[in-house]
Amino acid sequence: MAILQLKDVGKSYLRNSRAKSPTGRIEVLRDINLSIRENEFVCIVGRSGSGKTTLISLIAGLIDADAGSIVLEGKPIAGPGPDRGVIFQNYSLLPWLNVFDNVYLAVDAVAPELSDQEKRQRTKYYIDLVNLGPAMAKVPRELSGGMRQRVAVARGLAMDPKVLLLDEPFSALDALTRGTLQEELARIWMETRKTVVMITNDIDEAILLADTIYTLTSGPGATLGPAVLIDEPHPRSRLQLSGQAGYHKARRVTLKMLTGGAFAAGTVASRDATEPLLQ
Amino acid sequence: MDSAALVLPLLGIGLMLTIWTAISLKVAPDLPSPLKTWQESQQYILNPFFKDGEMNQGILRFALLSLIRVAKGFSLAILFGTPLGFLLGLSPKFHQAFDPVIQVLRPISPLAWLPLGLVIFKQSEPAALFTIALCAMWPTVINTAMGVRSIGTEYLNVGRVLKLSPMKTLRKIMIPATLPYMFTGFRLSLGMAWLVIVAAEMLTGSPGLGGFLWQEYNSLVYSHILLSVLAIGLIGFALDRLMSVVERHFQRA
Repeated sequence: MAILQLKDVGKSYLRNSRAKSPTGRIEVLRDINLSIRENEFVCIVGRSGSGKTTLISLIAGLIDADAGSIVLEGKPIAGPGPDRGVIFQNYSLLPWLNVFDNVYLAVDAVAPELSDQEKRQRTKYYIDLVNLGPAMAKVPRELSGGMRQRVAVARGLAMDPKVLLLDEPFSALDALTRGTLQEELARIWMETRKTVVMITNDIDEAILLADTIYTLTSGPGATLGPAVLIDEPHPRSRLQLSGQAGYHKARRVTLKMLTGGAFAAGTVASRDATEPLLQ
Repeated sequence: MDSAALVLPLLGIGLMLTIWTAISLKVAPDLPSPLKTWQESQQYILNPFFKDGEMNQGILRFALLSLIRVAKGFSLAILFGTPLGFLLGLSPKFHQAFDPVIQVLRPISPLAWLPLGLVIFKQSEPAALFTIALCAMWPTVINTAMGVRSIGTEYLNVGRVLKLSPMKTLRKIMIPATLPYMFTGFRLSLGMAWLVIVAAEMLTGSPGLGGFLWQEYNSLVYSHILLSVLAIGLIGFALDRLMSVVERHFQRA
């Protein structure tokens, strides 16, 4: 049973007035079909400029689709809401609030019925979950990029969303920090078993974390390729993955789809289209 | 401290005093020299809080009267200016409707507003406050509006995802995000209010630094004009420094 379903979703923007275009619009996404199960970790891999952020903004409800429908638990989405917690690429922490207050704001917004003490407990729980307990009273500018992204993760989880949306959460971080945070995200996901949709441009990151990977073709008019299933138990480690033939195959298939030609544009992504690559 | 940081400002002050002396000796014999200014003003400075009638008081006593007047006018300015700035920044329609009016009102001199204030209020004190507030509010209005317009979409998106109510979005996101701009506006507005106070007191004859200055001009005690001018400059400088400290505090956030 799909918790989140996208059907024939399309989005175009008004073209810059100086550019010459017969229609006056530039099509970013076309015929996006996606079906996500509860507790599934889905990664969408695409090049920069292919419309990844547009796709996640559509699911978040921050922008409206021109075509198709986005349905969460049987109901079409209407605008943004805390049932789809977003973790933004640039962290989007409020710089005038400390770590605790940034997370508390989310708890207070989604669970106003709780007592102040319960809200504080819940805030502390999520800050501890991302190992930031000692930095609770610090403001964002006192934190490193990795720590800021942890706060954003804590805030996203504290909304207790039905689906957690991550927009290239680690792309601004250095390689070592990124590796650590990927492992932590895997651990947190094991603990919370949230349904996750994560956008990334890093194939290895996708293979390390995801149950299912979709590729987004290069824009304009980008659409999703067939699903690549990664049937390896969580948590995975880079080392263990690198020794497996299936890992290299998954990598090759994904890369090939990204570089184009592996499927005709407009192909409907289907779970049955590909057999599991890692087993 | 660097010795140049001490020596160079003293050099500047010394040069100014020399030019002042030269002008009083050669160009304008009616202008008191620095020495004469000091001799005729020292009782106002050494005994800064004496009071011998409404228009004959120690310099700090006059300054205090002016500062109270400025505080009232400045409070009115930010009380009206901040919400106006928020409306202008939030609503493009409101901006289209009122921006032309504001652009026309903004360059009007306090000397032009004061008679109007007197016509409206029939008393000098409310007229003075009206003038100060009306002239001083524009930097607050314009900076607040600019601050609201430049709130990052990422902050607003946080509020949208959390479905914060409009009041809560204002309180938790918009006001904190705009504070640095608001305080720049407040600092400029305070400077403006201090500029206007002299004009307002001169025209209404109210006791204060400006009123004292004008009265001493009429009584031909020119050294007291210089005393007032220096006091106005020093206090204005101190106010600006004070507001800079407050402003910096909010910019770090």
